[in-house]
Amino acid sequence: MEYIIKNGNVFDPANNINGEKIDICISNGKIVEAVKDSAKVIDASNKIVMPGGVDLHTHIAGGKVNLGRLLRPEDSKDFYESKVGNKRSGSGFSVPSTFMTGYQYARMGYTTAMEAAMPPIMAKHTHEEFLDTPLLDKGAYDLLGNNWFVMEYLKEGNLDECAAFVAWLIRVTKGYAIKIVNPGGTEAWGWGGNVQGINDPVPYFDITGAEIIKGLGKVNEMIGLPHSIHLHCNDLGQPGNYETTLKSFDLLKNIEANPKYGERDTSLHATHVQFHSYGGTSWRDFESEAPAIADYVNKNDHIVIDVGQVTLDETTTMTADGPMEYDLHKLTGFKWANVDIELETGSGVVPFIYSPKSPVSGVQWAIGMELFLLTNDVNKVVLTTDHPNAGPFIRYPTVIAWLLSNKYRTDLIENSLHPWVQKKTSVATIDREYSLYEIAQTTRSAAAKVLGLSETKGHLGVGADADIAIYSFDPETQDPSTEYHAIEEAFARAKYVFKDGEIIVKDGEVVKPEGYGRTFWIDSQYDSELENKVVEDVKIKFKKYYSINFDSYRVHDEYIRKSSPIKLS
Amino acid sequence: MNEIILTPKEQPSVPLELLNVNPDTVAGKSIDEIRQIKIAHGNTEVELSEFFNVKGESSENPSEIRIVIDGDVYNTKRIGYGMQSGEILVKGNASMYVGTEMKGGKIVVEGNVGSWAGRDMEGGELIIMGNAGDYVGSAYRGDWRGMSGGKITVHGNAGNEIGEYMLGGKIEVKGNATTLAGIHMNGGVLVIHGDATTRVGGEMMNGTIIVKGRIDEFLPGFKYHGIEKNIEIDGEVIDSSFYKFEGDFAVKGCGGIVYANASKNGHIVP
Ligand SMILES: [Zn+2]
Repeated sequence: MEYIIKNGNVFDPANNINGEKIDICISNGKIVEAVKDSAKVIDASNKIVMPGGVDLHTHIAGGKVNLGRLLRPEDSKDFYESKVGNKRSGSGFSVPSTFMTGYQYARMGYTTAMEAAMPPIMAKHTHEEFLDTPLLDKGAYDLLGNNWFVMEYLKEGNLDECAAFVAWLIRVTKGYAIKIVNPGGTEAWGWGGNVQGINDPVPYFDITGAEIIKGLGKVNEMIGLPHSIHLHCNDLGQPGNYETTLKSFDLLKNIEANPKYGERDTSLHATHVQFHSYGGTSWRDFESEAPAIADYVNKNDHIVIDVGQVTLDETTTMTADGPMEYDLHKLTGFKWANVDIELETGSGVVPFIYSPKSPVSGVQWAIGMELFLLTNDVNKVVLTTDHPNAGPFIRYPTVIAWLLSNKYRTDLIENSLHPWVQKKTSVATIDREYSLYEIAQTTRSAAAKVLGLSETKGHLGVGADADIAIYSFDPETQDPSTEYHAIEEAFARAKYVFKDGEIIVKDGEVVKPEGYGRTFWIDSQYDSELENKVVEDVKIKFKKYYSINFDSYRVHDEYIRKSSPIKLS
Repeated sequence: MNEIILTPKEQPSVPLELLNVNPDTVAGKSIDEIRQIKIAHGNTEVELSEFFNVKGESSENPSEIRIVIDGDVYNTKRIGYGMQSGEILVKGNASMYVGTEMKGGKIVVEGNVGSWAGRDMEGGELIIMGNAGDYVGSAYRGDWRGMSGGKITVHGNAGNEIGEYMLGGKIEVKGNATTLAGIHMNGGVLVIHGDATTRVGGEMMNGTIIVKGRIDEFLPGFKYHGIEKNIEIDGEVIDSSFYKFEGDFAVKGCGGIVYANASKNGHIVP
């Protein structure tokens, strides 16, 4: 099927197109130069046309997501959709079921979403949930910051062995990137503790967070992965943690990006930085240090961040940062689930209520906004809510509207949020508003580039996958700054969404629910001889410590519907 | 009061759900329109008249409507769901979720009811003449915010975990209650006139539980405060002697109170 999208106001930052009326031609799932006269015409006049949204940090599949569903049946009580034709039923506000996850992303014009935390031993579970997550292209990051093998290789200074191990592990688990969560801290949690900052040695392994971060940062570039290391810093959510955050950022400063695929030019992706930009010494004198963090990002070119914007909802927190979740449980008294994941990592799940009236929640909201608004180059700051940790992804349209409208933010600050927002943060003094071009950067092109997927994702140039969102908002006659509810509604329910050249959403409803997107994974081998040696080590440890057999570890091809390996030479 | 009489024809083996048949939703409708109200039958929808004969007279004003279910509806769920005003009388047994999320009005069931009666109730009155199942006046599964207002009276016995996560309102059980009555309770009043087998008030944070019968086995997380006579609860004086306990100290910051009838509970006093 061929299509031509005519007369839309196109926002395609990767190709420097800023609202101009350009026709987009689609053939065979790709964006092409021209189509035949028989191509079906989609009239996009008075509408916004953007590439499909790219979410580079979300939790939608795997062990802890499912644990969240189990822990929170009440999350499904008032939030569900029924079966319509081939579209499945589903439920869950902050931890939606798999099918609904696909439909909800698609309705907002998002077509790629990356699961940001896959314990390698849970890779099969993650991919099994991907099997039932329709419409989206996806991938999963392997949790490696508390892995016994990684810690031992790095401790001994065996970077080559570590690279051989990591490349092998990512390949056999069909993962996409190196994820580091509270490096060393989750292993310390296995001993009932945590680490403080980046220089606190891990029990038994006697290695520090700094050594893990730096080591994996080097390993990442030795393998040449498309994405940089994806770092959830130490001390998440603790007042005063911004110093740890800045020190962690600096560890990667002199490591050069060396992707063997894609156009990434940064060596660090720091995730949900909102949770890591806190000043003060306790919750009583808690305050924003987002300006210091944004200043660092502005002055350094090795880093991209995503925000983890608080959306002021009741949600579910879930992370491999086991000790943090325990602290949260003790702080709130809310129910808590905890899992130890053998030689690899851990995880915790706790519900949380970000109440607009709460001083801390308000400041967290403001810190997220400050990070967006004080980072000069939007290519360095990606929109996320760390779904569902700071809020569910279905709130992205609201976050977009906040960024587009100072009035929307001011109304919220003055009428709904706690006065701490104005005392402890600078958000009320910032009148910057994102342009629609910048929205397309923070939700599309910047994410695609840092993932290494910018050849086919996050833009509308010839050769891109025909993943396209069309929104009912006329940038020539409507001003998002004042009509923020209209733009919010437009982004919540796209007029049309194309996935690989097919219309999957029309008028905000999923019209083609049965399609499945790709699973991206990295097919690489660092050094075949070294890998054989490393795998022999791994086999011995498997016999000794793992609860499963070595041969059951590998994710077989049957676990993937539409395999899209990226082969690194 | 205008009465609308629903006479059950036959209870199907797949349950019915009367989600949207209460005085608020039938007000202003003709009897014919009421017959056509869609009700859930398993995963399909049927008209009310398929399983009930409908007669009587409606009203514009829901508080002037009494819906009488004139027979046994042991396989019909969610009677009075979210009801705000008026009355419902069930002249037989009913299944699960009677008076769930009820906000006002009055429901009387002459027979027994299944579990979850008055779940998340906010107001109004729910009276069960027979026995009730588990989770009377509890929270939705998983939630920690349960019944916040209104009154539930069970004239027979009740099952396990009644008043779970209760925040307010009153539950009165004239008969006995089984395990974990008032578990996680966080407010309100729970009165058990009969016996309460085990673990009354497990992990309760707040609220008051009065057991006039015997507590077979009590939890260790409660502090004994001595005997109290003629206790006053909600403006009502109960004139017996009670052992007073505070707890459950298994949870931080607790301040719940359990009164156990002194004449029957010597075995649980330290
Ligand atoms: Zn995350």
